[in-house]
Amino acid sequence: MLNQNKTDTDNLILKTRSISKEFPGVLALDKVDLRIFCGQVNAVVGENGAGKSTLMKILCGVYTDYTGKIILDGKEVMFRNPRDAQIEGISIIHQELNLIPNLTVAENIFLGGEETDRFGFLDRSKMRSVTLELLEKLELDINPTVRVSDLRVGQQQLIEIARALHVEARILIMDEPTSAISEKEIDILFSIIESLRERNVAVIYITHKLDELFRIASNVSVLRDGKLINTSPIDEVDKETIIHSMVGREVDDFFVKSTLNPGNEVLRVENLSLLRSAGSKDFIVKNVSFVVRQREILGIYGLMGAGRTELFETLFGMHPTISSGEIIINGNSVSINSPEQAIDAGIGFVTENRKDEGLVIQMSVAENVSLAGIKQVESFGFLSKKMEDKLADNYKDRVGIKTPTVGQIVDKLSGGNQQKVVLAKWLITDPLILLLDEPTRGVDVNAKNEIYQLISQLASDGLAVIIISSELPEILAISDRIIVLTEGKKTAEFFRKEFTEEKIIKAALPDQYHLYLNQ
Amino acid sequence: MHTNDWKSYLIKFHSLIALFLMIIVMMLLSDKFMTVDNFWNVMRQISVNVCISVGMTLVILTGGIDLSVGSILAFCGAVSAGLYKNGIQIPEFDLFIGFTLLGAILAGTGAGAVLGGFNGIMITRFRVPPFVATLAMLTVARGLTLLWTGGFPITGLGDSFTFFGTGWFLGIPMPVWISAIIVILAVVIAIRTRLGRYIYAVGGNEKASLLSGLNVKKIKTIVYIIAGALSAVGGLIVTSRLDSAQPNAGMGYELDSIAAVVIGGTSLSGGRGSIMGTVQGALIIGVLNNGLVLLNVSPFWQQVIKGLVILIAVIIDRISNRDSPDEVL
Repeated sequence: MLNQNKTDTDNLILKTRSISKEFPGVLALDKVDLRIFCGQVNAVVGENGAGKSTLMKILCGVYTDYTGKIILDGKEVMFRNPRDAQIEGISIIHQELNLIPNLTVAENIFLGGEETDRFGFLDRSKMRSVTLELLEKLELDINPTVRVSDLRVGQQQLIEIARALHVEARILIMDEPTSAISEKEIDILFSIIESLRERNVAVIYITHKLDELFRIASNVSVLRDGKLINTSPIDEVDKETIIHSMVGREVDDFFVKSTLNPGNEVLRVENLSLLRSAGSKDFIVKNVSFVVRQREILGIYGLMGAGRTELFETLFGMHPTISSGEIIINGNSVSINSPEQAIDAGIGFVTENRKDEGLVIQMSVAENVSLAGIKQVESFGFLSKKMEDKLADNYKDRVGIKTPTVGQIVDKLSGGNQQKVVLAKWLITDPLILLLDEPTRGVDVNAKNEIYQLISQLASDGLAVIIISSELPEILAISDRIIVLTEGKKTAEFFRKEFTEEKIIKAALPDQYHLYLNQ
Repeated sequence: MHTNDWKSYLIKFHSLIALFLMIIVMMLLSDKFMTVDNFWNVMRQISVNVCISVGMTLVILTGGIDLSVGSILAFCGAVSAGLYKNGIQIPEFDLFIGFTLLGAILAGTGAGAVLGGFNGIMITRFRVPPFVATLAMLTVARGLTLLWTGGFPITGLGDSFTFFGTGWFLGIPMPVWISAIIVILAVVIAIRTRLGRYIYAVGGNEKASLLSGLNVKKIKTIVYIIAGALSAVGGLIVTSRLDSAQPNAGMGYELDSIAAVVIGGTSLSGGRGSIMGTVQGALIIGVLNNGLVLLNVSPFWQQVIKGLVILIAVIIDRISNRDSPDEVL
């Protein structure tokens, strides 16, 4: 725990008391007591899903339905919306960009706080000159009148930072600000953070890159599974202890997988690459190769932005014009240029976001289950409701969907049952390979275990399964083999007998991967 | 529990209930309303809107819109009429191609399908928003109609042509037969075929449909083709009823059609709605138009009242679907 010397207590600007936040089926934050000091860089680290972003969204007024208290300057505060938090001097630079692409740099920086002249018209020259000053401070050679959409992603990130500086926040939250910017830009950013710190601003700094902590952080708080594990001054910790705090959980009565004998190679992927966009030189997925066998579960682990989902999308024919590489299924090289062709080639894809990509939520269970294989329930060119219900009933029992009837609208089902509907939808297409992207996200613990059983069962029935998961215990428990992606590249591959949480997270951290490649 | 059932029935059948209320009010206010003549009059009047609106429903179910139906109606009516009456003459080659009635009708309907297909290709291949693509077609097809007719009506089409608009068969007017057959076919397609299921799926969640291997572009193109062809059928009825293909026929029909679809409870964001709902919507508009005329309401007020009815219908629909996800914001 943090040393409670006198200066620290004086500098305490914000603390949270027992903050908890629940999403349907998941406790995202569990009684978190975080303390933020002004004149310090307060780092917050943790795995994907540890609750960092959720906590920050509470601090800046995005989420209002939490329990517990936020105490600012010794007084309890309630933010009803982000504007309330801004008024109190709390600013956030979001992980995802929140700029309006069609507006200029200056217009974005002043959005919501435009300067006007005495006639009430926009004072554009003033806004431009203030913007120019800000940009100079950031050593950015960008014209304030240029449109944000014409800037590189890294530059856009810096414009976000400029906007946050313009507001002159007392507490500035930065959610992975260096994820998209260059080394040189990082140096500039760090010197700005340093000057903010000297001006007694409280910086909350979220990152995956542990090396950065030792360059700028004053103290570091570790979140794991929604709980605050510890907060320590930076000079009392090293990388190893931080990693240990991030992953060191007990493996309690977790799903235990039975080992299977993998069969023939079903899928071989050679040098799969995906460009960020047509004509770009930037790769989202770069030269990834792997194989999957029958009765095998291959896990893919990586941090946000590692290119995991994009890898699946590329395999599934969703980016035919900007991808390259070879896909070999059962020994035959196949060309997959659309989801239709992917399904014909024997691939099923359970997407990460079932409501946006997996289900037609206002349709019934039966209608969703039959969607990808509707030809099976046709007779003489007409849909047979009887055949459809029968098929859906079969799969309802096979995957254990809890619903009164298959005529139930899927919107009314729980997350776990919805996920089983998506699984059933793919099973009726009789796939050889099943891609699962975060199959247990937003699913309660019991349903999770059922889904693990089901995946295991499918593998033992002969399917080749590839699963993406951000949850280390999950991927460790269920996979026969794990590959790790970092910034679009495959950085490590582990067999079941050799993988540990620490090895995997080390391989996944961006500033560690060269270390692994050299081994 | 009991009141809930009562409420849910009220919500489910709100357009039918509204229709019956209107009929009752009209019966009380006008003794001319509930006559056999007036009944067939209303039915004949709405038949064109029903034809167009069936296509419009399918388009809107996919999440699209078709503003070009009125212009396509005029063009196709003129094509059928012109071909039937004059055939194709190319004096330079001493060529004359005559058209039978069936040939002329098929050619007109085919022209509607082609223009609809053009809409579909613009929307799916070139990613022109449906509103813009069909707005352009609204102008293009109107221009084509003026070019084809030279700006003058094509009249004197003869009894066999006018039979479709004015004739009776087994005691029922021909336009009612035509629109009823279209409605039945469309209901079967929507509920009992793969295409119908795909139309709902694409409108309900385009991304999930694409990821389930559906050919989303093809499905969308097909609904615009159907909408174009059904507009052509509407054009045939209009032309035949007037014994004249008017270059300015069908103006504003897209609005009556969208109104029928919306009043019938089909969501403009797609995926939710029904053909029978649209038929009810067309009936409501038809009875309203007829009633306002019978009651000698000024045409200016008629417009205002029609607009308000559309608003009320949509508000009821919104309230009854308050828990739907697009209502979060």
